[in-house]
Amino acid sequence: MDFYFIATSLIKITALLAVVLGIMNYTVYAERRISALIQDRLGPNRVGPAGLFQPIADAAKFLLKEDFTPAHVNKFYYWLAPCLAMIPAITTLAVVPFGSTLFGVPMVIADINVGVLFVFAIASLGVYGIVLAGWSSNSKYSFLGGVRSTSQMISYELSLGLAVIPVFLLVGQLRLTEVVRYQIENGWMIAPFIGDWGNLHKWLLAIPMMISFVVFTIAIFAETNRLPFDLPEAETELVGGYHTEYGSMKFGLFFLGEYVAMITGSAIIVTLFLGGWHFPGVPDGSHGWGWGLLNIFIFFSKIAALLFVFIWVRWTLPRFRYDQLMRLGWVFFFEIALVNIFLMAIILAYFPQ
Amino acid sequence: MAITVSRPKLNFRERLYLPAILSGMAITMRHFKNMLFGRTKVTMQYPEEKWDSHLPEHYRGAPALVRDDTGRVRCVACQLCEFICPPRAIKIIPGEFPAGDKFAKVEKFPHEFDIDMIRCIYCGLCEEVCPEQAIYLRKDYAITGFTRADMVHNKEKLLEMGGVMHGVVLKWNEKK
Repeated sequence: MDFYFIATSLIKITALLAVVLGIMNYTVYAERRISALIQDRLGPNRVGPAGLFQPIADAAKFLLKEDFTPAHVNKFYYWLAPCLAMIPAITTLAVVPFGSTLFGVPMVIADINVGVLFVFAIASLGVYGIVLAGWSSNSKYSFLGGVRSTSQMISYELSLGLAVIPVFLLVGQLRLTEVVRYQIENGWMIAPFIGDWGNLHKWLLAIPMMISFVVFTIAIFAETNRLPFDLPEAETELVGGYHTEYGSMKFGLFFLGEYVAMITGSAIIVTLFLGGWHFPGVPDGSHGWGWGLLNIFIFFSKIAALLFVFIWVRWTLPRFRYDQLMRLGWVFFFEIALVNIFLMAIILAYFPQ
Repeated sequence: MAITVSRPKLNFRERLYLPAILSGMAITMRHFKNMLFGRTKVTMQYPEEKWDSHLPEHYRGAPALVRDDTGRVRCVACQLCEFICPPRAIKIIPGEFPAGDKFAKVEKFPHEFDIDMIRCIYCGLCEEVCPEQAIYLRKDYAITGFTRADMVHNKEKLLEMGGVMHGVVLKWNEKK
């Protein structure tokens, strides 16, 4: 615990938080513009060049609004819920390696050996924010939203957890930096055969990995309450869902927390399946700080690409009915993920490298 | 009476959902692409682009008072428009030309002529009822103001909007 470690950690935390919050704001902008383009509209294009200052205007609006607390709510939990919605989403990023090294400092805030367990442990806390918001609001719409979100998130956490097990069967470690290192040496999880086309073992590995990737991505959609899994905040059914009674910056925290959760989810997908900060042909940070920065840039570019997919899917698919949602989670993804683990184990046991 | 709706029998490909999802995403991506490269026609960008040059001749915008060739306000303060105005947006205070005035034959002129543009419904009855062809609905449609008082057009403002109307009484000729 020397001074150097604390100082670099603090710098990393500040920088990562700044970058992520910036991306978050511009994800909201991107969501609005992309949805507009998909629907043959133009979207917000007035504030600043091409509407680029729109997030700033939105933030100013949120901050200047009256922070109103309704009389009929449970004050303590009502105030606690928005924090609980935002904090887990940001905290999860601590263990995600967002770059190689910069000036010899590894670009991960906490390189802990329980890596992905930490991610799941903290990400599960996100449900508390929503449940507390729904319950403390003392309103039936909020309550229904909260209840829906509880069952949905818990159901999809199962397939989320099971879907990553094949990755760790292969890597043998939970540490996320190790997962990235493995992918650099053996090819990305999603396509390990690239560059090693003749290797039958890697072609076989790609099958369970692809299934894992699809299940995990869909589960992340459900975890972040994105369409087609946005039942907790289904506007057409529940007014606003769990945040019906919220206004001003407290609503802002829920709203932005969802986007941070999207960024975090994308970061984990990128780390587990898409090679993290690695791109073929780009050396890591030990070859100079320029390469280190490029690695960070690659990582965030991959996140941006995934965020685009998130937005694209949202404006394509309609919402599931609730029984369909549950059936999908428990009957399909749970089983698929379970079988997938056996498939992976069989491949590892009987078709060794 | 209970109605049984038979559910369609889905084949394997349909039950898998994924092909349908992918084709849906292809559709939205096509829209996105076409918009991005400007191949989709979108709505007019209002304050920058305006439809003004395409407004039809019979367009009913804000009412305005006109002067004749000699510079006299054509209105003779007969108050027919004030009377006919459905939302009672018009208020006229008539004045009289003194004897010996160049226009003494006309007898009256509007001392004050206010149109409350908050009340005006752009119906054009004032224009239709005017025997002197003094009031016309022009093509101004963006009437704005910061206060209620701003939205009341007084005589000066109305005359400024109206300008000079040349020629003789041709009111119904174009409609015959």
